[in-house]
Amino acid sequence: MESKRYKWTRRAIGIVSLLLVAATVIFGLWITPPDVVQGQLVRLIYVHPPVAWVAYLAYGITSIASTLYLWKRTRNMKWDLLAASSAEVGVIFTALTLVTGSIWGRPAWGVWWTWDARLTTTALLFVLYLGYLALRRVPATSHQRAVRSAIAGLIAFVDVPIVHQSVVWWRTLHQGATVLNPSLSPKIHGEMAMTLLLGFISFTFVYAWMLMHRYQIAGFEQKILDIELDQILEERLHEPGMESMQVELSPDVEQIDRHSKV
Amino acid sequence: MQSLVSFKKVIVVSGNFPILTGLDFETGPGEVVLVKGRNGAGKTSFLRAVAGLLRITKGSALVLGVDLISNPADARHRVGLLGHETFLYEDLTAKENVTFVLKATRSNISKVDAALSAVGLTGRLSDLRVSSMSAGQRKKVALAALLAREPELWLLDEPHAALDSWTREVLDTAINSSVANGATVLLVSHEPLHGSLMPTRVVELAGGKVITDTRDIKPVVAEKVPL
Amino acid sequence: MWRDALLMAGKDLRIEFRSKVTLNQILPFAFVTLIVFAFALDTSPGTLQKVAPGLFWLAVLFSSIFSVDRAVAIETNDNAGDGLAVYGVDSGGIFLGKVTSVFVQLFLLEAVLLVGVVILYGPAIDGWPLVLLSAFFATVGISAAGVMYSQLASGSRAKQTLLPLLLIPVTSPVLLAATKSWQDAFSSTASLGDPWLRLLIVFSVVYLALGAVFYGSILEA
Repeated sequence: MESKRYKWTRRAIGIVSLLLVAATVIFGLWITPPDVVQGQLVRLIYVHPPVAWVAYLAYGITSIASTLYLWKRTRNMKWDLLAASSAEVGVIFTALTLVTGSIWGRPAWGVWWTWDARLTTTALLFVLYLGYLALRRVPATSHQRAVRSAIAGLIAFVDVPIVHQSVVWWRTLHQGATVLNPSLSPKIHGEMAMTLLLGFISFTFVYAWMLMHRYQIAGFEQKILDIELDQILEERLHEPGMESMQVELSPDVEQIDRHSKV
Repeated sequence: MQSLVSFKKVIVVSGNFPILTGLDFETGPGEVVLVKGRNGAGKTSFLRAVAGLLRITKGSALVLGVDLISNPADARHRVGLLGHETFLYEDLTAKENVTFVLKATRSNISKVDAALSAVGLTGRLSDLRVSSMSAGQRKKVALAALLAREPELWLLDEPHAALDSWTREVLDTAINSSVANGATVLLVSHEPLHGSLMPTRVVELAGGKVITDTRDIKPVVAEKVPL
Repeated sequence: MWRDALLMAGKDLRIEFRSKVTLNQILPFAFVTLIVFAFALDTSPGTLQKVAPGLFWLAVLFSSIFSVDRAVAIETNDNAGDGLAVYGVDSGGIFLGKVTSVFVQLFLLEAVLLVGVVILYGPAIDGWPLVLLSAFFATVGISAAGVMYSQLASGSRAKQTLLPLLLIPVTSPVLLAATKSWQDAFSSTASLGDPWLRLLIVFSVVYLALGAVFYGSILEA
């Protein structure tokens, strides 16, 4: 799993993320001016929307990987590992979204939390995927876990627009979308817009880097299970009662391809 | 000879434990196969794999002409499994349970009463809830469902356990008559068989594999039935 | 599939009728929640009338956790689920049958519970068509999502804690929409074009479809 190319790609992405984040920090804290209305508070905009974007991106990847696992023609254990890795990163970024939002909300709105549509959706999203991760921890065979969590992942994803629509109707306070304004005239300009864009790019790189690390760990965990399985298989072929036959480890048994097509 | 069960190098891995480790087995119609082996040799798993209840990790497996790898479910309704679990619903009566099984397998439900009385569950007993029945009685209910279904392939996991000698004889007679009609029986048993049921073949498992396969047992079926 | 669904629903309802778990345990539980909600809130008539729809649906949602858990547990006793597999019962049929059975139980529970809400909290109900239609689709949605999640969580020792964690966030739109449409119905602004009713219909259709497609994969895995 740890091929040379994977390793170097991961390192390159890591270095690029570090540089990009450093640039975002410099631009966000020193180069861009404070906002006319919000003052220094505006600087959170370089963090909060990008972090939220990454959370959605991560869940999107989880859903795609889940679908690819469920679809028999593309079924492969690596999709399950990818879905799990991405969901884990996604949960962290959702938590960051909630925390940064709260930090901004306190001075801006005067409260840590408000029952506005996007906040509520995000909070529910957080719990939905915590449930997904909890389901993954239930002891099961790897195929069983993969199928169950893929379905749970898809259910959660399908639920997001419904949850969102329901809470939008319920109440809306949140300021309109800043960047993707329907009138196509972004409300922020110049270096602020550029820094925000930089924020989006750098956090996306950070996501890619974390995902690659997590995916690799998931691969290692799978490998440990496989090694254990091989040991048990060997023991089983030497079990009592087998003395009566010539024991030979048939090559088929050793080469069970447990990752790919099952 | 048409083969009813054809397992080639079947490997079944469950929860990272290899239950079957490259099992080869083939059987045609009209056989009574006694499956032997120590505890944990994979006998029950073998029957469950044939019933399509275990996912085959590797190898090829055909049951009644259905490929278990691609369609694990398609042969199931023609297979009868009687194991340690009876698959009964506690809150339903004996009669309701058997009727449910027959409806679920799309079998003729007119045989319910006949099957129940064949195993000695008549009158008030057939309307008794399973929850108030003994282990032996429960097994009789499951057996009645099996008799009424007339499966083509019988998978019996220690069917004689908990049964009284009278019911054992009922079971043996039923097995013999369906084998005479071309059904095949795979029978797991620790006890020596006695009475009218005689295996045509003995297969011994160990470590999830077939280690001995004795075929030269006097075929009971051949002399009884002109096929 | 429909034949098997009918067979399963009949069987499950008969078992339920015999064991009376819904009647003897789940219904009293729902009533207790109605009473303690009043403790937690203000008992002045205005408050309770206002929050009656929300408390009603919260009580239903909590109760549904027990119902769907039981619906799946029927098949895990004595491994009856394996029996269904051996008999060749269609998995979509199993799903729809279980949803139907849970739906019938919950709908009856809601009928009794509504009487309790009217007596205890005293709201005035105007738009009966909207009340009934919202309740119908909300219950379908809760049953469908519940049976699916209960099957997902089954077989784990952590089932009792995992199921609520999975089910409550997913069904939160139902809770919200059913509450809101009932509030509309109670405040005589009721119309069948209520957007909340539409949301309930969408939810129940989506989850019925998801279950019919995926339930088999959960069982087979």
